[in-house]
Amino acid sequence: MPSPKRLILQILNYTVFMGLVWYFSFSPPYVRLAPDESMITLALSHAGKPVQECRKNTQEEMAKLAPNMRVLEDCPRERSPVRIEVLMDDESVIDKTVDPPGLYKDQGVDIYHSVKVPTGDHRIVIRMNDSVLVDGPTHQYQQAVSLEPAQLLVIQFNGGQNQFILR
Amino acid sequence: MKFVNPIKRGYLALEEWFNISFGPEWNPLYHLGTLTFFFFWVVLVSGIYLFIFFDTSLSGAYNSVEYLTHEQWYLGGVMRSLHRYASDAAVATIILHMFREFALDRYRGFRWFSWVTGVPTLWFVITLGITGYWLVWDELGLYVAVLSSQLMDALPIVSGSMASNFLEGQLTDRFFTLMGFLHLLGQPVLLIFALWIHVKRLAHVEISAPRGLAIGSFIALLTLSFIWPAVSHAPADLHKVPAVLNLDWFYLNIYPVLDYLTAGQTWALTMGVTALLMIMPWLPPKKTGAAAEVHLDECNGCGQCAVDCPFDAISVQARTDGARWEYEVAVDDNLCAACGICVGSCHSSNPFRSSKKVLETGIDMPQFPIDEVRNQTKTALNALQGETRIIVFGCDHAFDVEELKKPNVAVLNFLCTGMMPPTLVEYALKNGADGVFITGCRKGDCYYRYGNIWMDKRFNEGRKPVLRERVDRSRITVFRAAVTDGKEIRKEITKFTNRVANMQKGETASNIKEVENA
Repeated sequence: MPSPKRLILQILNYTVFMGLVWYFSFSPPYVRLAPDESMITLALSHAGKPVQECRKNTQEEMAKLAPNMRVLEDCPRERSPVRIEVLMDDESVIDKTVDPPGLYKDQGVDIYHSVKVPTGDHRIVIRMNDSVLVDGPTHQYQQAVSLEPAQLLVIQFNGGQNQFILR
Repeated sequence: MKFVNPIKRGYLALEEWFNISFGPEWNPLYHLGTLTFFFFWVVLVSGIYLFIFFDTSLSGAYNSVEYLTHEQWYLGGVMRSLHRYASDAAVATIILHMFREFALDRYRGFRWFSWVTGVPTLWFVITLGITGYWLVWDELGLYVAVLSSQLMDALPIVSGSMASNFLEGQLTDRFFTLMGFLHLLGQPVLLIFALWIHVKRLAHVEISAPRGLAIGSFIALLTLSFIWPAVSHAPADLHKVPAVLNLDWFYLNIYPVLDYLTAGQTWALTMGVTALLMIMPWLPPKKTGAAAEVHLDECNGCGQCAVDCPFDAISVQARTDGARWEYEVAVDDNLCAACGICVGSCHSSNPFRSSKKVLETGIDMPQFPIDEVRNQTKTALNALQGETRIIVFGCDHAFDVEELKKPNVAVLNFLCTGMMPPTLVEYALKNGADGVFITGCRKGDCYYRYGNIWMDKRFNEGRKPVLRERVDRSRITVFRAAVTDGKEIRKEITKFTNRVANMQKGETASNIKEVENA
């Protein structure tokens, strides 16, 4: 059993140590969003268009191919990069261009990006280009939104309906 | 006077404060590794209890934790708090452990392996804590989940967007169950494996904290758990962004960085810090002295040096020289720390042996052979002047005994006091020393882990080779002193010299009486 003096010193040391453990286990608080801020998250999973149009093989070209490799059209594997821009009240808040992944750049693009924005009423405009064969946006969408403090507005693209969804 | 850098000086002062408060046996700074193990035990036991009540589903996880926290506050809530605070305390002791090794320069040279393997071990602990916060599935859990996924998405090994799983309608119980499996089994197993590797090069590894320290720490944890129980944030809401978070900074400090850097940059920062920590033992490198050498002519294969070696560098093997002994010892140069403790273990390291001109022993240090030890001791003793002649035996990693040199005080430094054969003390007393003053690293804090412990046991507890019973213990004193303890050691050596002088006066008086009686 430690002497009374040591016991007091030990209690003091344990108190300081556990006090530090307690404090840093939840403090200081981290303010991620100010009271007048909300967040827009762009979550896009989309494959760009092929970089070239498909071309029909000629009879001669078909004959040169092995029987099991003969196809009517020769389509390039490489896909276009996807460029997407989100504007809020005519001000760009997200502007990203992503190359397709994969050795042959033939896979779909995944974008997940969040930005803090002010709360209130806004006009959101989304422009996307997914084809190198087209100048300017291939898809465009706009919607008026009203953002509350700490609200998360998610922008997604529905490939089946070929349109953007805000929720 | 040896230069002591301010970090080391400050750390030693802190260590001294804890010596005053706890004594060397319970000093938490001497037991940071075992204390971390103790906190892991608390985490394990409390975690098992929490798991019994935990619902590993999206809809049930939060409510099950809330039930434990509020409905069953007297046990479940306390267990939850113990789980959290012991986890935090473990990170605190790991960081202190790393700082200690750095401050005392115990991370370079032969210690590189423990340092390098310790760095990823810390990351394993951190990731284990991260998945723990994830499982609560409150606002903080959601924050941790989304940002961890964004970090994972930045790695080229992950295809698709993991972060998209945390959008409304995407999340399923299966993903949550996977996290549960990781936290409850996968990561702990990985951590145990990492810890095993971390201590692989050490012998006599202690994983149990001293009982008094463990009890004190547990009472402190329990008190904290009752006074400020751990609580959750609001339940996770996929439509909302948690605006204010009470982050556990021990585990979650990397996440705020993601508000300022991209996930790729955050990885680069983390990997950069990790790489820097891992190459520290070579910035600059520290040369380890020459490894111990076995002299088979003097080795009977008793294996005491193999038992005493703190770094598992010596092994016992079948005899190779045809001598009548069954075994011999062999040294692994890569593991040898050049501490010389094996020399102190060898019964052949006896300075009284005089059959040969050159004193040889079974295992010796080329940089300071036992013959040189005897010669230097003899020279130092011959040079002593005065009534009360003292010889001081010290070590290279503690107070520099050269500073104590006086006409009546001779000094000799060992690689470690564990290298000093007990018979050398007897030899010194028989060859001109009136007293032997032994110093070295502070008690419980040997630079080579076990040097001063083995020495004490050889002197007092019959560990081989023993200091013989007939040696007059009153003429020997042991006072451990760190490099900054100059004032204390000077005071102690004066006290010891006076004590021996008084004994001499007493002896003279008794001799006179005997002559008179005769």
